[in-house]
Amino acid sequence: MSFLEIEHLEKSFGSVRVVKDFNLPIEKGEFVSLLGPSGCGKTTVLRMVAGFETPSTGSIRIDGRDVVSLRPNQRNIGMVFQSYALFPNLTVAQNVAFGLKVKGVKVADRTARVAEMLRLIGLEGYDDRYPFQLSGGQQQRVALARALAVQPQVLLLDEPLSALDAKIRVSLREEIRDIQRRLAITTIFVTHDQEEALSISDRVVVMNGGVAEQVGQPFEIYNRPSTRFVAEFVGTLNLIEARVLDRDSGRIGIGSREASLGRPLTSDRLTLGIRPEALTLGRAADRDMVLEGRIDDVHFLGSVIRIQATVAGERVMLDTFNRPGTPPPAPGQAAEFSVHPEDLLVLEGERSP
Amino acid sequence: MKAPRVWSWIALTLGLLYFFLPLIGTIEFSLRKRRGEYSLDAYRWVFEDPKFRETFSYSVVMALFTIVVGVLIVVPTAYWVRLKFPRLRPLVEFVTLLPLVIPPIVIVFGYIRLYNTSSFLPLTGTASGTNLLLMMGYATLSLPYMYRAVDTGLRTIDVRTLTEAAQSLGANWPTIIGRVIMPNVLVAVMSGAFLTFAIVIGEFVMAALLNRPAFGPYLQLIGANRAYEPAALAVIAFSITWICMGLIQLATLLTRHSRPPRS
Ligand SMILES: Nc1ncnc2c1ncn2[C@@H]1O[C@H](COP(=O)(O)OP(=O)(O)O)[C@@H](O)[C@H]1O
Ligand SMILES: [Mg+2]
Repeated sequence: MSFLEIEHLEKSFGSVRVVKDFNLPIEKGEFVSLLGPSGCGKTTVLRMVAGFETPSTGSIRIDGRDVVSLRPNQRNIGMVFQSYALFPNLTVAQNVAFGLKVKGVKVADRTARVAEMLRLIGLEGYDDRYPFQLSGGQQQRVALARALAVQPQVLLLDEPLSALDAKIRVSLREEIRDIQRRLAITTIFVTHDQEEALSISDRVVVMNGGVAEQVGQPFEIYNRPSTRFVAEFVGTLNLIEARVLDRDSGRIGIGSREASLGRPLTSDRLTLGIRPEALTLGRAADRDMVLEGRIDDVHFLGSVIRIQATVAGERVMLDTFNRPGTPPPAPGQAAEFSVHPEDLLVLEGERSP
Repeated sequence: MKAPRVWSWIALTLGLLYFFLPLIGTIEFSLRKRRGEYSLDAYRWVFEDPKFRETFSYSVVMALFTIVVGVLIVVPTAYWVRLKFPRLRPLVEFVTLLPLVIPPIVIVFGYIRLYNTSSFLPLTGTASGTNLLLMMGYATLSLPYMYRAVDTGLRTIDVRTLTEAAQSLGANWPTIIGRVIMPNVLVAVMSGAFLTFAIVIGEFVMAALLNRPAFGPYLQLIGANRAYEPAALAVIAFSITWICMGLIQLATLLTRHSRPPRS
């Protein structure tokens, strides 16, 4: 049995079901991200774990104990908010000490713990500052220290980086992950940024319309999306329509070319999803599926050359690595592109708008 | 100098004259008790009158109790409405405005009818009961000011998220209100408190009808019977109000965390 066990969790506001049959076992010390577009129910799941919302049905167990009937202040859960939510009337040290004081920890132990936490987040010497004297990134680190000071069983973070600048967002997410690893604290991290989720999580839960569409490691989610939504939401994906010529052998037609997927198919039309890095300009030895098209635009980014092209009437994007001996192609030029059939994501069914 | 500037100066001067002339007149008059020269005789008389000291300290004590009770009623209510029933805010706001619409005399007659010696709760039968009644009346009178001040204070903080942050750190309701909400609306509470103080010190109708030895009825009594002393009292009362205003400013300055963020 897992450390944190969420089973058949549902939540309705009035007649609207915003979380539907949500199941998620989380191991002790694991870092799990809830990823999905705005309004898909991520925050609602998190708030049910924290105790700020009551589930309509379902159970949440932490370390074998059902916590649904417990009030938020009885759950021993650390929470970090997008808006930092530091107490404006308290200094950094007092903010971090708040939970300890509530618990009745002795002054000496409290002081030691606060110092330890400030060292952990790299804000030693900031004890007497007030929140308004700190930058956003610093405030969020204090909020993290405050949540961790009481040694919660579970740490919940609701889009903690969304209010920060892009640069700080990246460095702080690494820092959060680093601290999480060091303390081995079970963590649920909510975000709508797929890069964020993929880069720091042990596992990612991709949510859509209140449903967990796929749960898996970042590598799995990115390379083997189980639904069309996941494939389109996570990472950049080129979509190309294909006609099925022969279901049993898996022969398909793309524009004027034909190719074989080498596996049986179930529908007459399908969409091929190709990651930008799986598509190669020109022919390549092991990439035996060839498509033709035209180059629209070329962005030289240094190590990577990003090419926009039209293939079979669809706009696609591909990345190639820079090589000193090979100058980038010229826009407007006709070109061939190749892809390994195993790198194709076959998305059967309707294309979402 | 351009024409618009001239007009603003004239407007300002007229405003200041309108405000200060009666005040200066009153002060000047209060100093003229001794014939032919200025003196503080009227003030001396007032301060030496034991009735002044009695009624004034009675009113101060009443004001302090009123403030405590008002804060205890208003802060949790305004907080709870913001947190749990934001839709009810217009209704609550309307209710808190009622004391401005209903004359105090109606309230006090209501009290006397409800709590007279032959009622189920004979509060008017004893002095302390009547004091309690009077204090509740004062709390009602100050409700519009206190509620608005506190509600404005609550608007400057993210009540909901701060509450949840405190809850997740293990805090219960008294801790949240006492350690998180109250300190953050303290400046607002102070301004509500000083307004309450000013109201209670000058209140006449309720104190007179409940027959309590408050400052308001004393003021009226002196005003009806003496010449220079009422002016001195008016100046004293006015100074108290101004000191209250100064204290509001001081409280704002002394609260370190409420300074605006550096840009
Ligand atoms: N207290 C509430 N009352 C009514 N509807 C709500 C409430 N909280 C959230 N919702 C609705 O539930 C849905 C999911 O919200 P949320 O969990 O905040 O999404 P996310 O965090 O993924 O953006 C949204 O459509 C939102 O409008
Ligand atoms: Mg959200």
